[in-house]
Amino acid sequence: MDMMSSLADGFAIALTWQNLGLAILGCFLGTIMGALPGLGPSNGVAILIPLAFTMGLAATPSLILLTSVYYGAMYGGRISSILLNIPGDEPAMMTCLDGYPMAQKGMAGQALSLSGVASFVGAFLATWGLIFLAPQLVKFALLFGPAEYFALFALAFATLGGVSSTNQAKSAFAAMLGLGLAVIGVDTQTGVPRLTFGEVHLYDGIDFLVAIVGLFALSEVFIFLEHRHGSADAQGRKIEVGRLTPSWSMLKACTPTMLRSSGLGFLAGVLPGAGASLGSFISYSMEKKLVDRDGTFGTGDPRGVAAPEAGNNAAAGGALVPMLSLGVPGSGTTAVLLAVLLSLNITPGPLLFANNPDVVWGLIAALFIANFMLLAMNIPMVGLFTRVLMVPPRILMPVVAMVSFVGIYGISGSSFDLLVMIGFGVAGWVLRKLDVPLVPIILGTLLGNTMENNLRRAVTISNGDYWTLVGSPLAIGLWTVAIVGFVLPLFIGRIVKARMRRDAESATRD
Amino acid sequence: MSDRIFGAFGLLLAIFFAWATLQIEESFLSDAVGPKTFPLIIATILGLASVAIILRPDADPRWPATARLLEIAAAVVVMILYAQFLPEVGFVLATAVAAAYLTWRLGTGPLQSLLVGVCTSVGIYVIFHLILGLSLARGPWGF
Repeated sequence: MDMMSSLADGFAIALTWQNLGLAILGCFLGTIMGALPGLGPSNGVAILIPLAFTMGLAATPSLILLTSVYYGAMYGGRISSILLNIPGDEPAMMTCLDGYPMAQKGMAGQALSLSGVASFVGAFLATWGLIFLAPQLVKFALLFGPAEYFALFALAFATLGGVSSTNQAKSAFAAMLGLGLAVIGVDTQTGVPRLTFGEVHLYDGIDFLVAIVGLFALSEVFIFLEHRHGSADAQGRKIEVGRLTPSWSMLKACTPTMLRSSGLGFLAGVLPGAGASLGSFISYSMEKKLVDRDGTFGTGDPRGVAAPEAGNNAAAGGALVPMLSLGVPGSGTTAVLLAVLLSLNITPGPLLFANNPDVVWGLIAALFIANFMLLAMNIPMVGLFTRVLMVPPRILMPVVAMVSFVGIYGISGSSFDLLVMIGFGVAGWVLRKLDVPLVPIILGTLLGNTMENNLRRAVTISNGDYWTLVGSPLAIGLWTVAIVGFVLPLFIGRIVKARMRRDAESATRD
Repeated sequence: MSDRIFGAFGLLLAIFFAWATLQIEESFLSDAVGPKTFPLIIATILGLASVAIILRPDADPRWPATARLLEIAAAVVVMILYAQFLPEVGFVLATAVAAAYLTWRLGTGPLQSLLVGVCTSVGIYVIFHLILGLSLARGPWGF
């Protein structure tokens, strides 16, 4: 079978010593980033992207390093949820519900290792899903012309806010801010400078890495400065881990839960805009409906730990499907990974599978390897990772800030870029206070140029007729989904979000 | 109220964006769409979203007290100075000072902050410059 031989080639690429070393490093750093309260997968990858570049790595090794960080952070997110009842990031919120009660019963070690196994099952199955689904989606994507691509990008923006944002106007605002940033610089079609105000530094446009690191990493530093003695300071708390291996009976009881949640999470990941938060939420809710006959969910039921962990890791894998095959990321972190690909001069989309099979299959093989490594790392080394939680943020955050500066300065060697990054950091802080999502901004800066090029190509081909944008059944279908995807969360999003918050709050109060 | 101010600011931004777009000089090579259309679409949606934010604002966020705001402002100033002085004094000194400042302001004692700052700076220098071969800003003393 063709797919299997491609995968074998991928393994040949991923199994070199350098790539294995990078995968170990990425998994380790990623787990730490994920474990620290406040730093999630997007921040983790954002801080490390510039470093991967300045280290002069080629495309595949950088991708392997950064996807290992991504998967590692998805695994690590559960550690602070279970031990401290503080989710490392949004997808880890649901893990608090049963993970923390388990820890209070003295079963922290078992909860951690069980969630490690569940993460493994979710991510492993999702990687197989990626292998089978992505090439199918590629075939479909080959039917796309410029008009369909333009509609697809519109769809991505319309659904991105989706259920994870309560305010569609703010999502739209953020997306337009990103697209507006992308427009700055010399117009690629005509060579006319746009919105540069004569500033030479702006002729090349704004580097999206500068924007990403500023918005995600530096704004985090400002948040910590704001709450200097905030609750995130875990110092002084005694963390008991206890027995580290889950019993067979527990694993057996959780197996059906893990399988169902993986499937559901994967689907949530593939859908544009839904991502890992929804993956963990619907997996938990479904399990609660299906198997919680005695009302033990929320009081430390192991199945309540297995479900969201399998769900959110499967969603992380699922989100890679539209990212690789269509060039449209399904979640925040895949948006950051898209930035990685674009900076490596690799354009995701249907042609990626034909033109750079080594990149795609090397990446997929690396996902498998990262998964096995994370499983192997997470069970015996949980004690080490929990110790990371004892490092107070007052020492850690300056390191994060300095590493961000080093990374950006290493790429460009220009103080101007550092100033722009600080500006983005401040803007990121204000926007986060105002509940404006940051991911659409990033996605806008990333996809803006491609989106505009597709619009101009489509209209030029049809001699200036704008109706061409809705000229095929496929384009009409995409626009319809985009409109529904934008309007529907106005009704459903509020309900889902409110329930998610309520569940999380009731868990935090205990 | 915060959202209303934010929305008004967004509206001004949209108007400014549209105005700046109209200043773009058209090239004679232009395609059917031209360099202005897409930015104008952006400005329109930006303006509409801002109006929606003004009309239906969320609950107010909790803004920090003046002292905390000044704290953040001071950190920004230190970062700007860091960016300016980095090429002049070199990576190690600039980073040690900036990291020590941030550590201090996040609630560590002055002497300990200095120690953490120096360790952070030297640590990054060793890992990223000596081990990974990253080129960092060189000061007048060659490090």
